[in-house]
Amino acid sequence: MPYPEEMIAPMRAELADNGVEELRTADDVKNFLERNKDKNAMVIVNSVCGCAAGAARPGILLSLEGDKKPDAVGTCFAGNDTDACNYVRSLVPQAPPSSPSVYLFKQGQPASYVPRHVFEGGHPESVAEHLSNLYVKL
Amino acid sequence: MGTFHSDKGALHGITVVVRTTGSAVYIGRCDTQTPHAIFLNDADKHDEGQDGKTNDEYVKTAAQWGHWPRIPQVSVPAAEIAEVIRLSEIAAG
Repeated sequence: MPYPEEMIAPMRAELADNGVEELRTADDVKNFLERNKDKNAMVIVNSVCGCAAGAARPGILLSLEGDKKPDAVGTCFAGNDTDACNYVRSLVPQAPPSSPSVYLFKQGQPASYVPRHVFEGGHPESVAEHLSNLYVKL
Repeated sequence: MGTFHSDKGALHGITVVVRTTGSAVYIGRCDTQTPHAIFLNDADKHDEGQDGKTNDEYVKTAAQWGHWPRIPQVSVPAAEIAEVIRLSEIAAG
């Protein structure tokens, strides 16, 4: 059962209001990756979890203030954008479903993955540093 | 930072690795740790050598990709616990 949209709207907006493209369907994800197949791209699986609010979303946004970052950033919401999340997860089948999580793509191919446990109990600064270190490798 | 359930202890909501005094290792999201046991949700269990992997290999793989939540709830008695650490503290394999 999906979460009430009015409940998660602020959680979506925290990313969308900062330039992150919302990917609500599998086709949205496919089109996003196709449009950015010659670039570096990131897909964030957003979540209602406390670690998404306290660490993942603020840490991700902080990481995007750096010089080195993905060319395009999109997001889908676990529990609501089910097909979109399932599609992006299908691209990295060795990773169990996890939210929040981050998928990095280099020229359309999966390049790195950050599961939920990296965000748990973390601080935005440490999350940003972790992600920034991955951006450099893209 | 943790979550808002302050009565549940510092590891509440955190994915932990529970190494036992036996051949098993558990990974799961800690609900509570008491003097008697640790209670995990969305957990997985691995026995030394299972699927051709040592427990260390299994844990390192989980650190990189996460773990499959095959066991909805499990408790590990304190007497069987050798170590509890956060999965995020493990170097990915």
